[in-house]
Amino acid sequence: MQAYSRRDFLKTTAVLGAGAAAGLGFPAILAAQGGGPVKVGVLHSLSGTMAISEVSLRDVVLMAIEEINGKGGVLGRKIEPVVVDPASNWDLFAEKAKHLLLQEKVAVTFGCWTSVSRKSVLPVFENNNGLLFYPVQYEGEECSRNVFYTGATPNQQLIPAAEYLMSREGGGYKKFYLLGTDYVFPRTANKILRAFLLAKGIPADSIAEEYTPFNHQDYQTIVGKIKRFASGGNAAVLSTINGDSNVPFYKEFANQGLRSENAPIMAFSVAEDELRGMDTSALVGHLAAWNYYQSVDTPQNRKFVQAFKTYAKKKNLPGGDKRVTDDPMEAAYFGVHIWKQAAEKAKSFEVDAVRKAVYGQEFLAPGGKIKMDEANHHTYKPVLIGEILKDGQFKVVSRSKGLVKAEPWSQYTSPDKGCDWVKQKGTYQKKA
Amino acid sequence: MLEGARVLLLLLALLPGAVAVPAVARAAPAPGTAAPEIAKQLTDVASKDPAVQEAAAMALGKTGNRKILPLLEALREGSVYVHVSRGIRGTVIVGDKVTDGERTLVPLFSAYGREPVTGADGKPLLVELSALEEVSAGRSLRLALRPLIDAFSGQSQLANPDPGVRRAAATKMGNAGDAAATPALAEALGRETDRWARHAMEEALALIGLRSSDDAARAGGAARLGSLRSVNALDRLRDIAADSSTAASVRQAAGEAVKRIERWSLVTTTLELAFQGLSLSSILLLMALGLAIVFGLMGVINMAHGELMALGAYATFVMQGWFQAHLPGSFDYYFLAALPFSFAVAAAAGLVLERGVIRHLYGRPLETLLLTWGVSLIIQQGLRLWFGAANVDVTAPRWLSGGIPVMVGVQLPYNRLFIIGLAAVCVAGMYLLLFRTAAGLRIRAVTQNRGMAACLGVPARRVDAFTFALGAGLAGLAGCALTQIGNVGPELGQNYIVDSFMVVVTGGVGKLLGSILAAVGIGGLNKIIEPSLGAVYGKVLILVAVILFIQRRPSGLFAVKGRHADA
Repeated sequence: MQAYSRRDFLKTTAVLGAGAAAGLGFPAILAAQGGGPVKVGVLHSLSGTMAISEVSLRDVVLMAIEEINGKGGVLGRKIEPVVVDPASNWDLFAEKAKHLLLQEKVAVTFGCWTSVSRKSVLPVFENNNGLLFYPVQYEGEECSRNVFYTGATPNQQLIPAAEYLMSREGGGYKKFYLLGTDYVFPRTANKILRAFLLAKGIPADSIAEEYTPFNHQDYQTIVGKIKRFASGGNAAVLSTINGDSNVPFYKEFANQGLRSENAPIMAFSVAEDELRGMDTSALVGHLAAWNYYQSVDTPQNRKFVQAFKTYAKKKNLPGGDKRVTDDPMEAAYFGVHIWKQAAEKAKSFEVDAVRKAVYGQEFLAPGGKIKMDEANHHTYKPVLIGEILKDGQFKVVSRSKGLVKAEPWSQYTSPDKGCDWVKQKGTYQKKA
Repeated sequence: MLEGARVLLLLLALLPGAVAVPAVARAAPAPGTAAPEIAKQLTDVASKDPAVQEAAAMALGKTGNRKILPLLEALREGSVYVHVSRGIRGTVIVGDKVTDGERTLVPLFSAYGREPVTGADGKPLLVELSALEEVSAGRSLRLALRPLIDAFSGQSQLANPDPGVRRAAATKMGNAGDAAATPALAEALGRETDRWARHAMEEALALIGLRSSDDAARAGGAARLGSLRSVNALDRLRDIAADSSTAASVRQAAGEAVKRIERWSLVTTTLELAFQGLSLSSILLLMALGLAIVFGLMGVINMAHGELMALGAYATFVMQGWFQAHLPGSFDYYFLAALPFSFAVAAAAGLVLERGVIRHLYGRPLETLLLTWGVSLIIQQGLRLWFGAANVDVTAPRWLSGGIPVMVGVQLPYNRLFIIGLAAVCVAGMYLLLFRTAAGLRIRAVTQNRGMAACLGVPARRVDAFTFALGAGLAGLAGCALTQIGNVGPELGQNYIVDSFMVVVTGGVGKLLGSILAAVGIGGLNKIIEPSLGAVYGKVLILVAVILFIQRRPSGLFAVKGRHADA
């Protein structure tokens, strides 16, 4: 409903604006470029299980578009968002992507959260030479010509978190319990983590690995196991548990007498937006690894957080000014800006031209300056380890020195592979 | 008494500082002022030279003066600044930022003792952040600070009023095994009254003994750990027992301790397993009880059963909000009020459902199934529209958080104990209602032979409505209890409906005792399988077992004779 009315509104204003400009005989460029608004796709689930996380990404993308339009748009043209709802249904993702590319002829699409949905739209974007900006941290092992990954790769989230726990400052933990929900991200993440830990000299019997189904609620057995595993006091949990299973897990953890001082949980899928619907008392003191937190104290982040709260209130979004920002939202937000900058550099909305212009783009994102890779489609990002506070925010306890380069192929599981779209054609074999 | 102990402790903690600067101590310094030696180091901590900075931090840490702790913590967090006032440079800690238009203001606190710094008007001083010089703590300083802070916080945690915190602090000290912690631990042990905190402290002392260089002390530590049945020490004791370079006496003591602890942990593991099975069974039973009445006794395949639970859960959420707004003082008791409230809400919804639609469809199971499924979607979407798509946050009352340690290594969570109790009360209540009251007699009469009951003057329709409302209310009660275990969201019902039906069908439609046995069987089996096969395969195997069971006994554990047999 809302999306349609906004779209209509934008269309009208843009047409009126263009008409007025043409009438005044003002900038010739506009006419040369077609003048009308440029369509971009927004492909996030607005219903179904993933709606909880993805609705916020749609909101922040629309906010970024509104910001850009407020400053005159891109190359003199307004951006017209086309919002579709793939309803957390992986097949529908592919259909909607096709619709965006073939019917709506969008210049770029911002979308997807789960790896399954990304894998489902991948052939659509590759066959039709579309452009997708994907804003969520993911398991890597992908190097598509048509996707830009603004979230973290494993070496920008998983590995630094494990390194932190092993360091003297992080507590010098020597045993690791890898716990995840049973799907592609945790499985791949744990494969990489295991390879990393083994490479660092952690013996195989000091690493435990376990998976639970989606929506798992009964963590008695697993917490019991962790309790025995951690009884020596030198074990940490690396958790890729997704979504609302986290609440029963942390509750059971606290209720069986485990505490963050003696067995910390490092979470890779718990961010501010998820903490909104949780009783955080059991989570306080545990850790998370991300590339951005709402609490990051920079002028541009204060502005970003304030802008989002104002936007949510103005648009009457549920939650209003109590809404929070988190890592995927920041990545989605700067993705829109990176695309704008690239289009301006290329002086075109044509996919191949924009794609080449993205390489090496820099942007002062809310969490600090980020940079797109010069040769592949990933992003240089800072890595931050945060401690969960009572109010559902994070206190940064460790921060990487400068930006960390993304490794789409982890050096621990695929040391022979690289990803390069400038000198190579995507994934290539490194010479030994 | 506790108060006195705390004051004594505070004095003890302040003693080293006081001894170091007797003159100042006698002059009763104003809060926030430090002795000259310390004052110099407070300035040096803000030095630009990392070496000077680190040396000063170390010296401050060595004083053992508790008033230094906030400064060390602030250094690690990066909230230490230099404030220049009238040409004098002072080290300060800054508090939470306040935004005032374009400016960012911060309150100042003294570096010594973290007392608020007041301005000329006696009000806390707010200074613009940009006017302060940041003191940066490099990585090496932050690394060096960690053990200092740990030692400080460990000692203060040993005096924390919460026994859980004292326990955790002692365990952490024991695992670190630093002999420097011995006096603090011994002193804390002397005044400890909580059994489990005492245990953790004794364990910590023995673990430290285990690390000593003296063989007698090590053997003593190992023997003590054995008698304490310390699971925490198991790995270390095993290493010692297997290490051929250690003295024979120590190895023998360690070996004996390992055997003792292993025997004990076999007992605790079995006990834990039994409790876990019991807890899961009680949850399954609570979920299935309402359905056992609606589906089992009345023969209505109610696909909206899960959503009735969701209504109960949201009723709990609403009650929590009401307590927050109107009775914040007795917030912890909101849950007690939520129990009858959620029952009433779900029962009312059930009554409307029965009177409105279901009564027209008795005896037509397929239509009922489709209809109740539609109702479940309507309720789900209604909840989503009213409360939002995201989960809502139901806070556990304090008396349901944590657990009761029953023996070494076993802690039974209060929320699970509560649910076991609630399930038992509900079952007993159901039994009394069905078999000991006139209303129960009518329910049984109508479910067994509606026509005959009606002939004999039982108001069958009214009994139907009452029975359905009762089943719905029990679902609401289950929903309320489940807020303490899982999440509250619009999809809550979907997560539980399958398990509920599984219990009722396995137990035999129409028999309460069957449902109870099925819940215990499924819950227990699940917990026996899960440790070795994991949660995913555990669930698969349970479903396979249930299918095979239904194949052999299509009407469940207890076959019913009566109108359901042919329905």
